[in-house]
Amino acid sequence: MASDKIKIFTDSTFDAEIKNGVTLVDFWAEWCGPCLRLAPTVDALASEYDGRVTVAKMNVDENPNVPGRFMIRGIPTLLIFKNGQLADQIVGLAAKEEIARKLDQQLVRADNAD
Amino acid sequence: MSDRKVIIIGSGPAGLTAALYTARANLKPLLIEGLEAGGQLMLTTMVENWPGFRDGIMGPDLMTEMKAQAERFGTDIIRGDVMSVDLRNRPFTIRLGDGKTMTADSLIIATGASARWLEIGSDRKLSGHGVSTCATCDGYFFRGKPIAVAGGGDSAMEEAIYLTRFATKVTVIHRRDSLRASKIMQDKAFANPKIEFIWDSEIADISDVARGEVTGIVVRNLKTGTLTQVPLDGVFIAIGHTPNTELFRGQIELDETGYIVTRDGSRTSVPGVFAAGDVQDHIYRQAVTAAGSGCMAAIDAERYLEGLSVAVEATDAAAYSTGPQA
Repeated sequence: MASDKIKIFTDSTFDAEIKNGVTLVDFWAEWCGPCLRLAPTVDALASEYDGRVTVAKMNVDENPNVPGRFMIRGIPTLLIFKNGQLADQIVGLAAKEEIARKLDQQLVRADNAD
Repeated sequence: MSDRKVIIIGSGPAGLTAALYTARANLKPLLIEGLEAGGQLMLTTMVENWPGFRDGIMGPDLMTEMKAQAERFGTDIIRGDVMSVDLRNRPFTIRLGDGKTMTADSLIIATGASARWLEIGSDRKLSGHGVSTCATCDGYFFRGKPIAVAGGGDSAMEEAIYLTRFATKVTVIHRRDSLRASKIMQDKAFANPKIEFIWDSEIADISDVARGEVTGIVVRNLKTGTLTQVPLDGVFIAIGHTPNTELFRGQIELDETGYIVTRDGSRTSVPGVFAAGDVQDHIYRQAVTAAGSGCMAAIDAERYLEGLSVAVEATDAAAYSTGPQA
């Protein structure tokens, strides 16, 4: 059911994947009810921002290192990266509009920097 | 003309039961799920007090079934969050987060309640970094670590017991010298060797905000005023809930703690607006009472709508009989 626009990141691919542009990473697990609720929102964002934002999911069960590095102790957590740097984060459930607003902020800044 | 005869806001046991009943009454209800779709049961594990399941049922599974049952009888369910409502004009208007609006002749509010925070500043700042209101979501991150649970009710005991699967030690911090939790939950908690209690105390502060992780808490004894530093890695807050009524403030009667006031069944201060579940109940707060009140709201809404159509027919009849003579 996940959109084919969504990438799957792992501990080993993470650093290379976030290097360029704006990236939204959804940290989640099967046993996390709120994560499953957020999934369709992230799906929709992946389609809407296709070509502008890389949208990815990371399963915290299978990939403990990256969540540890960013001191994630709760999921769902969304991290937004710009050119490899952590730019913003959202902990817990969030409305699609709120996430979109944060992505737009990073996109505007990316445009201005060019 | 309104878009719908009835719109239901909220998708916990109250909202979905209201949907089931109004759907079966051919009212073609629209249900708006809200951000925390499925309600509080989505954050629980085994529910042992929902009648009909002798071995219990997982909270999320129960909500999946309830949703499917409501849909089977024709409920339209939409994702999304309500941004504002207008209950002053008829039909009532509901505006969603994406800017769409819709109107309804009657409204059933079942927006429930959300976990309360300590409101000490550091708890919200460390949310997702060691402070949590959801043991089933976040317990996993505390494998082999000592943690604290704030609260003394059933939810607090359920969380404490659940968290012993991961944590080395769970310290329950409670404001009083005895638990509010039911006897069966108390017995389970007291029997668990990993759970310890600090009585008559509250969490005064959580460190370390600057480092972005939990390293310990400051516990204040409410009787002596003594402050104690307790090193640990996580804090789970289970000190109760606040009703989700901000949307309706100023348009509908709320009690002093923010709950919607209902009278004569599920009726609110605005005719045609009904409330069910935890948004109007700070006493029972059970899945089964929420479902029961959802049923009441559906029946009350149905009767209200019948009253409206009788009034309209009467007006039409009056207009017809007097019309030709005028």
